[in-house]
Amino acid sequence: LSLFPGGLDCSISFVSHVLGKVCILGRQKEILGVLVPQLTELTKSDCIWQRICWRLVECVPDRWMEAVVLGFVQRAAGADVLSRLLGNLVVKNKKAQFVVTQKVLLLQYGHTTAVLQNLLGYLSLDSLRRALLLTVLQELLETWGSSSAVKHSPPEQQLYISKAILICLSHLKEPEIESCRQELLTSMMEGVKCHLDSSLPQLRRLGMVVAESISSKINTEGPVLKFEYEEDDETRELKSLLVPTQPPCVGPCLPDDDRSEKADAAQPLVPESNKKSHTAASVTPDEESDAELDSDDDLIPYDMSEDKELKIKAPVYIRDCIEVLTGSEDVDKWEATVKALESLIRRNPAATREVSVELAKVLLHLEEKTCIEGFVELRQRAQVAVLTTDPIPVSKYLTSQFYSLNYSLRQRMDILDVLVLAAQELSCPRFRGKTKDSGAQKPRIQLLPESDSPKDWRRIVDERIKSKTRRFVTGQCHVELASGPNEFNSVAGHFFFPLIQHFDRPLTTFDLLGEDHLVLGRLVHTLGVLMYLAVNTVAVTAMGKALLEFVWTLRFHMDSYVRQGLLSCISSLLLSVPAQLLLTDMTEELLETQSWLGDVVEKDPDGDCRRLALQNLLLLENLKKKLEAVPS
Amino acid sequence: MALPPPDPQFVLRGTSAAVHTLHFSCAGQEPDIPVLFSGSENGFIHVWNLKTHRADTALDGHGQKSVYCVKTMGGKDKLLSQGRDQRICLWDLAEGRTSVTDSVFTEHVGFCRCSLLKVAQGGWLMATAAKGLEEVQVLELPSKTSVCTLKPEVGAKLGMPMCLKLWQLSCGSQPLLLAGYEDGSVVLWNVTMGKVLSQLVCHQEPVMSLDFDSEKAKGISGSSEKVLRIWSLNEQQNLQVYKTHQLVNAGISDITIRPDKKILATAGWDHRIRIFGWKKVKPLAVLDYHTATVHCVSFSDHRNPRERLLAAGSKDHRISVWSIYTET
Repeated sequence: LSLFPGGLDCSISFVSHVLGKVCILGRQKEILGVLVPQLTELTKSDCIWQRICWRLVECVPDRWMEAVVLGFVQRAAGADVLSRLLGNLVVKNKKAQFVVTQKVLLLQYGHTTAVLQNLLGYLSLDSLRRALLLTVLQELLETWGSSSAVKHSPPEQQLYISKAILICLSHLKEPEIESCRQELLTSMMEGVKCHLDSSLPQLRRLGMVVAESISSKINTEGPVLKFEYEEDDETRELKSLLVPTQPPCVGPCLPDDDRSEKADAAQPLVPESNKKSHTAASVTPDEESDAELDSDDDLIPYDMSEDKELKIKAPVYIRDCIEVLTGSEDVDKWEATVKALESLIRRNPAATREVSVELAKVLLHLEEKTCIEGFVELRQRAQVAVLTTDPIPVSKYLTSQFYSLNYSLRQRMDILDVLVLAAQELSCPRFRGKTKDSGAQKPRIQLLPESDSPKDWRRIVDERIKSKTRRFVTGQCHVELASGPNEFNSVAGHFFFPLIQHFDRPLTTFDLLGEDHLVLGRLVHTLGVLMYLAVNTVAVTAMGKALLEFVWTLRFHMDSYVRQGLLSCISSLLLSVPAQLLLTDMTEELLETQSWLGDVVEKDPDGDCRRLALQNLLLLENLKKKLEAVPS
Repeated sequence: MALPPPDPQFVLRGTSAAVHTLHFSCAGQEPDIPVLFSGSENGFIHVWNLKTHRADTALDGHGQKSVYCVKTMGGKDKLLSQGRDQRICLWDLAEGRTSVTDSVFTEHVGFCRCSLLKVAQGGWLMATAAKGLEEVQVLELPSKTSVCTLKPEVGAKLGMPMCLKLWQLSCGSQPLLLAGYEDGSVVLWNVTMGKVLSQLVCHQEPVMSLDFDSEKAKGISGSSEKVLRIWSLNEQQNLQVYKTHQLVNAGISDITIRPDKKILATAGWDHRIRIFGWKKVKPLAVLDYHTATVHCVSFSDHRNPRERLLAAGSKDHRISVWSIYTET
């Protein structure tokens, strides 16, 4: 630019060509790094420079336009700067319009939030361009609301689109919202439905945040849609996008790489809550200095040693408990029974075994009669206690009920949770009977309702891999760990095989392969855990084979949560079944699995799936190496 | 060595329904018989003869709906009763009559007991919860004219009034009202002007019952929690928390201070009646007789201090009558 003194007469189109050629060759950063800040300065107040700049970009040949425009969008310090630099390029040039409205927003998703804000802000700043803003919003909403997009596109892309939608919304003015209110409403309704259907909590939250924002924009007065979800950094960031960013400060605009500061400036100030609860200060009675003759001294208190806390006694016999839970109208007694049940079961195993199936039935159908704290956990612990006391008949009952009519999804998932918890307890002799904190702190497997994250699996797998490395004993004696027979051994099959049997037989109210893919996902994860816990049991090979077949039939399932579960099943399979047996009995299946895993690593849209598949491939490699290392 | 708590002097049976309210009328001269009025869940008001320990009459005026408040208006011939049929009935019981002379339709669907205050010869003020959710209506009896309606300001979110107490510092001075609300606050109202004088958050749960000693300007309130709160009224008519007493079991249905202001009694959800000294709220006795929640306690108005009684009505259909701390 220093080549351009005062009266310039050189052909701008030549410069445009140079610019375009440089950008397309990949040198955007360098040239624009110099060009853009200088142009920004020059165009700030000088109209002529603005027009020169516009001419510059307009003359760039179409085939290089994309690179140039993209470069500008990325380097510009803010929406208004972009507006000064590009002018109405998007309106005049078809290619630029395509890049800005379609390519950057819908076909790519790697750009930062700041880039999105620049772009959409730029569109909103001129009346000619605002029409584009509206079309852009409509297209974004269409994509956001399409169920196939929600199911198949990666979560990162969905986040990107959600951000774009929110920024668009922040720029819309009242009359514009009025004109497209109906369409906004319809797309929101459709979109929110697809999002809530998804099994991944992140997507559900995205849907909820966007729907809330849309609703708040179109219903400025009156009730607004409000979801309940846990706030985290992502949702907070999304919500902050709804407020339009302030134009950047007028001052030396450095080629800033920290544009995130602008996003922070837009965060709404937290309103100071001046509400103080109206509790008056208490006046401490100075009893000591009260020298008045206390006529109360004449009154002699009676013996009050019998005055203790009123405790409703729970029944002492298991059969009485069943009676109370099924019939009793006495609510206090019911409450006391629910609280005392687990310890009663554990202390009276023989009595429990007599009525185990009946008790399991009662517990499965038990509904909260009064408001007890931790009712769900109390019931679950009682169920686990019954199951571990009398595993075979109760597991038979529970697995059969899993596939029966007329249970709610919640109940079916409860059955799965109980089976896993009991399996864990049975397979670890130390935990027998000591269930103090087992509700909250599972050592390895967390059964929080939302914990379908495979991160736990990675940790477990890592631990296992570590444990296979050789360690040099330093000579100190190891403390003898408490040991006992593995009680899961005799019952592992009873837990596992009934669950895997009927998954492809739909019932009128329950279709695992159809709508109820959330339960399918949970079932798959449960099978993986059971497989993992079955290490060192006799049935493990048979379980492994059955599991492998099961995974094979479902491997192309649409729901990424299910696929994650399938991959974790493979992990536990590889870890639990003894290596020799794996490679002798299941060679062909393993080879097929290996090629499938390779496919997943390359092509699966979900990041977690790809990671799990890679882990599995590594495990397979380790396995082979280990066997090759052993002299046969 | 403390003595074990006394047994009830006698027990009145025969209501065949939970007893919700009690009121003594024993101040008459001989040959007037001391009586105890009780209101039950089946809508009957029993008039108990305290000499024979039998119910002389049963009054049916609330159409089988629970009677939750009975009071006398100067002597046992004029009775006021409040029931869940949303009515307050005024009875004339002189000379063996059992008729309802008048009634007030309050349209109140809750359980807030009304409060009576004698302001002049034959003139009474009655405060009762009204139709509106947070409102308290003050009526003049027997004319039934409305003196004022006490409405908390918009957004106060006090909830329903739960218990009321009308009082005045001395005869002829301004009547004031203490009201305990669903949100746990106690509010002091100036009845004549209809304004709030002071408000104090006493509990986290609804205030179940309160009583006030105008001489010492101290009051006490209980709720479904495990505490009793004692608060005081200073010269600027402001309520302040004075003391808190922790209970062994949660839930208080009724509190009443004996007319001589020496002791107070509480009716508990844990089936027990507790007696405290009023001066320092020192626990004095725990009377454990009933087998279900005690709904109400009441002290008698005997002229002879030695004859004073305490009565408690419970969900187990029985009324226990006690003679305790009568020597002072």
